[in-house]
Amino acid sequence: MSTTPLLEVAGLDVDFDGRPAVRELGLTLRRGEVLGLVGESGSGKSATALAVLGLLPGNAAVRGSVRLDGTELLGLPERELTRIRGRRVSMVFQDPLSAFTPVYRLGDQIAEAVRAHQDVSRERAAERAVELLDLVGIPEPALRARSFPHEFSGGMRQRAMIAMAMANDPDLILADEPTTALDVTIQAQVLDVLRTARQATGAALLLVSHDLGVIAGTADRVAVMRDGRVVEQGTVDDVFRRPREPYTRELLAAVPRLDATRRPRPGSGEPVLRVRGLTRTFPVLKGTAFRRRVGTVYAVDGVDLEVRRGETLALVGESGSGKSTTLFELLELARPEGGSIELFGQQPGTLGKAAARALRRRIQIVFQDPMASLDPRMPVGDIVAEPLRTQGAGRAAAGRRVRELLAQVGLDPADAERYPHEFSGGQRQRIGIARALSVEPELLVLDEPVSALDVSVQAGVLELLQRLKDELGLAYLFVSHDLSVVRNIADRVSVMYLGRTVEAGPVDEVFAAPRHPYTQALLSAVPLPDPELERKRTRILLAGDPPSPTRRYEGCRFRGRCPLYAELAEQERKRCAVDVPVFEGDGVACHFPRVRSVV
Amino acid sequence: MSTALETPPEGLEPQGPEKAVPDKAPAGRGTVVLRRFLRDRTALAGAVVLLLLFLLAFAGPYVTPWSYSHIDYTALRAAPSADHWWGTNRIGQDVFAQTVRGLQKSLVIGLLVAVLATGLASLVGACAGYFGGWTDRLLMFFVDLLLVFPSFLVIAIISPRLRSGGWFAFVGLLAVFGWMITARVVRSMTLSLKEREFVRAARFMGVGPFRIIWRHILPNIASFLIIDATIQVGGAVMSETALSYFGFGVQPPDVSLGTLIASGTSAAVTYPWMFFFAAGLLVLFVLAVNLVGDGLRDALDPTARRGTR
Repeated sequence: MSTTPLLEVAGLDVDFDGRPAVRELGLTLRRGEVLGLVGESGSGKSATALAVLGLLPGNAAVRGSVRLDGTELLGLPERELTRIRGRRVSMVFQDPLSAFTPVYRLGDQIAEAVRAHQDVSRERAAERAVELLDLVGIPEPALRARSFPHEFSGGMRQRAMIAMAMANDPDLILADEPTTALDVTIQAQVLDVLRTARQATGAALLLVSHDLGVIAGTADRVAVMRDGRVVEQGTVDDVFRRPREPYTRELLAAVPRLDATRRPRPGSGEPVLRVRGLTRTFPVLKGTAFRRRVGTVYAVDGVDLEVRRGETLALVGESGSGKSTTLFELLELARPEGGSIELFGQQPGTLGKAAARALRRRIQIVFQDPMASLDPRMPVGDIVAEPLRTQGAGRAAAGRRVRELLAQVGLDPADAERYPHEFSGGQRQRIGIARALSVEPELLVLDEPVSALDVSVQAGVLELLQRLKDELGLAYLFVSHDLSVVRNIADRVSVMYLGRTVEAGPVDEVFAAPRHPYTQALLSAVPLPDPELERKRTRILLAGDPPSPTRRYEGCRFRGRCPLYAELAEQERKRCAVDVPVFEGDGVACHFPRVRSVV
Repeated sequence: MSTALETPPEGLEPQGPEKAVPDKAPAGRGTVVLRRFLRDRTALAGAVVLLLLFLLAFAGPYVTPWSYSHIDYTALRAAPSADHWWGTNRIGQDVFAQTVRGLQKSLVIGLLVAVLATGLASLVGACAGYFGGWTDRLLMFFVDLLLVFPSFLVIAIISPRLRSGGWFAFVGLLAVFGWMITARVVRSMTLSLKEREFVRAARFMGVGPFRIIWRHILPNIASFLIIDATIQVGGAVMSETALSYFGFGVQPPDVSLGTLIASGTSAAVTYPWMFFFAAGLLVLFVLAVNLVGDGLRDALDPTARRGTR
């Protein structure tokens, strides 16, 4: 065992077209160690990872030194770098769909990685590919090796990506935000696979992430980056427990935590929104000239919601659970396909034009992506005034109101004449909020309002939302997949699985004592930014991916992945297979609810 | 509070922390775009040139003693002189009088055809894309039908009957046969814009479909529309010439820049004044339109480097 570190980066500078991205970066990584590289967007984490492999685009200028086992990598000819890439250092990318070639079978692509560096026969390489897929936990690996990348789900693809990275027993695996595009339960699976991969190959891991929780649970040491520099480096315990740099402290303080102790204040009185058994289906069409229906997507299939005046209801679920469809159904103000919607005691879809317009004013939405939801060709003033003008306000009145609103959300009223692209992500989201508030709504629908933002910006926006709610007495329907954020803003929470509400209740009760096994799994999958607690927690890993919403399910639709179902007696199982668990009020849709504390 | 349904949206008293808010309403998109346009010097130069061309075209006939159809038998193919400023042509007509007369026609034809064709294209394309379904199918069927028709032949057949309608009818004809491909492109651009969140946001605010098209869709495809319109200007002037050559459109003794250029081409080397004044003005015209178009595009596109200075 040599004493030279496996990877030694010193004085690394990266410029993109003359603009600095990384400055005087120094890192060391020993054999078998996991180094977490953490920072907000634009801090130069990805540029660092790519610089190690010499994969930066042509407009990047790299200076400094990157040594792998004592060999300098920078300035090495492309041919020799190629020999190192994949063989000694391999990479796991954020978006596994674009990292695979769509027209080749996955097994062949992994086999290709094997054959690129090892002199083995085609058959042997194919066998190895199947072994690798098996190792990363892909069921029926021999069969799945013959699938194309698009036939895999996001989590499966990321597993396959890890299998490919392991193909040649590398010394170092670089993982660039490997779980950012995935849901929490899938993230937990993938992090688990990454752990397996390290055990199998003994490789060191450079884990790049913006998620402090992921780093806390996985890394041995951590380096915090800001503006292209490492501001703090140390063991996870030291950095998380005793951060020395003010920036690290701020970052840690800004992270919303699942184990927060905020007391919710559920609203009282008349509900502003009541949804019962909402359903929405989409046809699956085939053919171009003569389209015919070949199936149905049951996107929303039994959603119950209730938001009271002055409270925040969080709608939680993973991607594909039907959260967004539910929202859009509400906002269309049309008669629902099935079930009932009641807004402020009225049934949308039965109203006349004027009444529908008045109802529009009372319910407004803030979108997830603040860039996409603001018209790039409209000055901010016009954007914020649009709902007002639609409601018939005059130009002068709307103009005055716009200035007030901008001040209210913490922007400069003079910004009204600027365009959205001149603002940062957090500021744009504030513009989106100002627009929604312009007509004095009573219910604000927030569709993942902070998930596109960095943690420090996120905190500011959440604080603004909280303040506005207190000042204006708003009710929020807050849709999110991020449970830590939900814990910190919601009063009540409603959990969805595959188009159905499975559990609801006050947020502190549900988080402290979840009754539905899915809620338990979801909560246990959220990483805490606390290495010590992280190590003690047990993860409930769900098997596989959420099933397809194109099927109708008999009985409980969660039973295929349910950890509780596996423990049940024969008689009890029958009930799960036949009876659909019914959800009522603040309850749980499970036949055998058992409280299990997981936070 | 639950009876607040009838509350008009005007009840907009300030809420929350009171801050010093100036009274003046912020400038809307129109004002901002105009301001950005006026800051763009090249575009402004283009606009000034265009204005001067109009001045020349409509004031020109009053400053020369000659009329465009008058024949001066004492000066055939005369070079420019104090008498005939830009010389005379083969049969002794004053080139200046003819050129300004032709400029009048070509300016109006070029700009009107461009505006009409692009306007029609954006209306039909955006409606087809935005509404989808049967609207889309019908409109696109109609567009394809027009594309299949040999437009030249149709214009040739119809235009003699429209002679009474003057050349405005002719402008209409040129526009009607020049918008289809643009419409198809506009439609596909609308299809992708329609899925964008800001369009959905507007819909959830209760903004009507036509207003969404006008306010959100068209500004976002403005760059394409403006380029298309500037190309149409030159194209319209030239296709008018082609049609005039075959005896439709502008008929002698009336002239347009196109017919002047056509008849002067053969004399370009020997009697350059018969050709170059008309050709030069056409080039100047198209150039000015392009500059104005570029400026307008940059003014509408907030990310353009010019104009943000």
